Amino acid sequence: MTAELVRGQNHPLPDTRLEITVSAGHPVVAGAALGDERGKVPGVEWVAHPVAPSLPGVDVPRQAAADQRLAVDLAAVPDAVHRVSVLLALPVGTGGPASFGRAAAPYVAVTGSDGTEIASYTITGLDSESAVVALELYRRQGAWKVRAMGQGYEGGLAALLGDQGLERPADLAASILETERARHTPAAPVQPPAPVQPPVPVQPPAPEPAPAVPHSAPATPGTGGPISYTHPRRRAAAPEPAPAPAPAASTAQAPQGPSVPVAGDAAGWSMDERLYNQVWGMFEDLARTAAAYRSACDFAESRLDRELDETLSDYRSRVGGANDAARSAARARHDELVERAQEVLDRDLAQLAVESEVVEPALPPAYARWDNPVWHAYRPPAEEPMAVRLGDLHLPERTELRIPMLVRLPMERGLWVDSGRGRSEAAGLLDETELKRLALDSAVAHTARLLAVHPPGGFVVHVVDAAGAGAAALAPLVDTGVLAAPPARGAAGVSAVLEQLTERVDLLQMALRNGAVDALPPGLDAARQLLIVHDFPHGFDDRAVTRLRYLADEGPGVGVHLLMVADRADAAAYGPVLDPLWRSLLRLTPVPDDHLADPWVGHAWSYEPPLLPPGSRILRQVLAQVADARPAKRS
Amino acid sequence: MTVNMTKGQAISLEKQGGGSLSQVRMGLGWQAAPRRGLFGKRTQEIDLDASAVLFADKQPVDVVFFRHLVSDDGSVKHTGDNLVGGAGQGGDDEAILVDLQRVPVHIDTIVFTVNSFTGQTFQEVQNAFCRIVDETNGQELARYTLDGGGNYTAQIMAKVHRVGSGWQMTALGNPANGRTFQDLMPAILPHL
Repeated sequence: MTAELVRGQNHPLPDTRLEITVSAGHPVVAGAALGDERGKVPGVEWVAHPVAPSLPGVDVPRQAAADQRLAVDLAAVPDAVHRVSVLLALPVGTGGPASFGRAAAPYVAVTGSDGTEIASYTITGLDSESAVVALELYRRQGAWKVRAMGQGYEGGLAALLGDQGLERPADLAASILETERARHTPAAPVQPPAPVQPPVPVQPPAPEPAPAVPHSAPATPGTGGPISYTHPRRRAAAPEPAPAPAPAASTAQAPQGPSVPVAGDAAGWSMDERLYNQVWGMFEDLARTAAAYRSACDFAESRLDRELDETLSDYRSRVGGANDAARSAARARHDELVERAQEVLDRDLAQLAVESEVVEPALPPAYARWDNPVWHAYRPPAEEPMAVRLGDLHLPERTELRIPMLVRLPMERGLWVDSGRGRSEAAGLLDETELKRLALDSAVAHTARLLAVHPPGGFVVHVVDAAGAGAAALAPLVDTGVLAAPPARGAAGVSAVLEQLTERVDLLQMALRNGAVDALPPGLDAARQLLIVHDFPHGFDDRAVTRLRYLADEGPGVGVHLLMVADRADAAAYGPVLDPLWRSLLRLTPVPDDHLADPWVGHAWSYEPPLLPPGSRILRQVLAQVADARPAKRS
Repeated sequence: MTVNMTKGQAISLEKQGGGSLSQVRMGLGWQAAPRRGLFGKRTQEIDLDASAVLFADKQPVDVVFFRHLVSDDGSVKHTGDNLVGGAGQGGDDEAILVDLQRVPVHIDTIVFTVNSFTGQTFQEVQNAFCRIVDETNGQELARYTLDGGGNYTAQIMAKVHRVGSGWQMTALGNPANGRTFQDLMPAILPHL
């Protein structure tokens, strides 16, 4: 089973012949540094890099690429080597990203000789660093283990190599990066220069005097300080006995605060689940923190009212200044309490904001905003994620602190993108056609995301658009060919699609109830189905409406989901018959609106629909990839 | 330092070393009624409940008990209702955790109570106790033995209140009667 590591975590290696794969989504230079028992790299000949790619037991790729493979045979490395650090650096001057923070988080996996993945690690939390120690393989009591490092260097490869204990690290770093740049320059297809000197298995040099400063030994990973896995929620669980003395690590970065949140710092079997739980933890923390603040303010307010009333009812104090004094004292008490509440709120929100900054870039596509670089490195997934992001949630106390709104998959309820005005202020400012267009646009964005996060062929989308009014907005779906069939037009088209899906639901339900799943016709695909209904109730007769209600009720249990883009007022003619339908759907809005409540305290949260960055072509790019990856249709 | 108290005894506690408390747990344990005969289900089960009432300026603003397991602000948590009791070996069958650092600023007193929901008096309950533990080091701050404690169905156990910037605990151990914390309100108020 693959262990998904978080930073600082280690894992035993059952095998000495390993393959380490790196996928970064953009070209990176990969290398490996061999360290002695003190963790020091004695000289340049102990570093495997594209210019000198082979050392005993270690082979690294000869050039920068988005996907790298390193072969390691730990049985063959010299006995003096106690540590193998896997390094990644961004090539300079090749048009790629200048720092890891600007691109998708690199993913590193360790695979055994039989091809099973032993451990993997997504290097999250990088920002302006352009070089990083990704993993470290180290000897511990005769056995080898792997540790997720994620130690980034703002100073780039030179700083990284310097930290490994190399003398004159800048020269080596320059030679590696210069070679890479020269190779990249299209004008002159230079042959990679022959290795300066065939690397020889070196004997460890004579023991030097102990280094004055301990180098970044395994015990001191992190960005300049000890990694803290403290979660804000658990902050007070055990006050640390004393702040651990900061290690004298000569790392290239400025030391950060004592409690640096880490992405994926929650319980779970996979990184997916950890991040999901972490986001929910943040959601709950924010709800609770806001509740504490609001109840303190409410209390201060009511106490002030009561005390002011008392001063008025006291006849004796009306004469003289006693009354005024009592009133100002009451106000001061109120202000003092509110101020203390505000302090606590600010403290908690600051903590959550820091966590959000770390977590947001680390999110996989299913949870990420559309402007997250992870979408540019999008590849169709092999399995369905736990949840999908339908938008952002925030509270008025700190509107810029956004919590991803994650909804578990498979969805238990259908979705309804409300194209009506409702009571929302933002919707009131837009004219009706614009609002309808926005509603369909956000429905298309939700659909694209659902398509993208399901494995190829695992999600089939049908569209009903009776009058063809949504053709323009639906174009990204139609043009890229991700739909099962062109949008259904007219009453006949509507009833045909509904009939097909109703039959499917009937069939699957029958099979499930009778435990006869293997009796299903062989041609039936196992994919989940999504029906987008635009322009409801146009083109719907009574029979079609009944079928739609049936799908909304019974569909989710057998993987048939509904996405309505509708204004409830348009269907007012049906009267209360449709109320259960609307109630059963999760209402989303195309403009920010506060209609969602959290499950703990019941605050009204402002929902913000997912926005595509203006002018971005990411949606079409992703959809095109989805279409390409789809298994060929059975004829 | 375990303070073994009899009912009615009140004592102010401060964390050893002069620091103030940051996290406390109220634990409640009792022994399940023994099973009888063929229809063991008909044994009268004993259900004791632990509750915490949060006061701001002598007004109750929130309460954590078996129907509201977490205070709105998340600082006080009940681990869940136990309807029958445990082995009577000294383990907590119900617990309430209080994270004093996260208690909202206006709340100045938290009162812990124990009620017998099924109506047995403490005389009839075997091996019942309640205690307050400093969660940061597992140290017991106060312990009451409830069984044989007289013809009462409830106890107002202790209060934790703000002193300056920190918190202090006062053990109350005041016997009372009532099914849930609501019945105890008149008895709690004099202790604030």
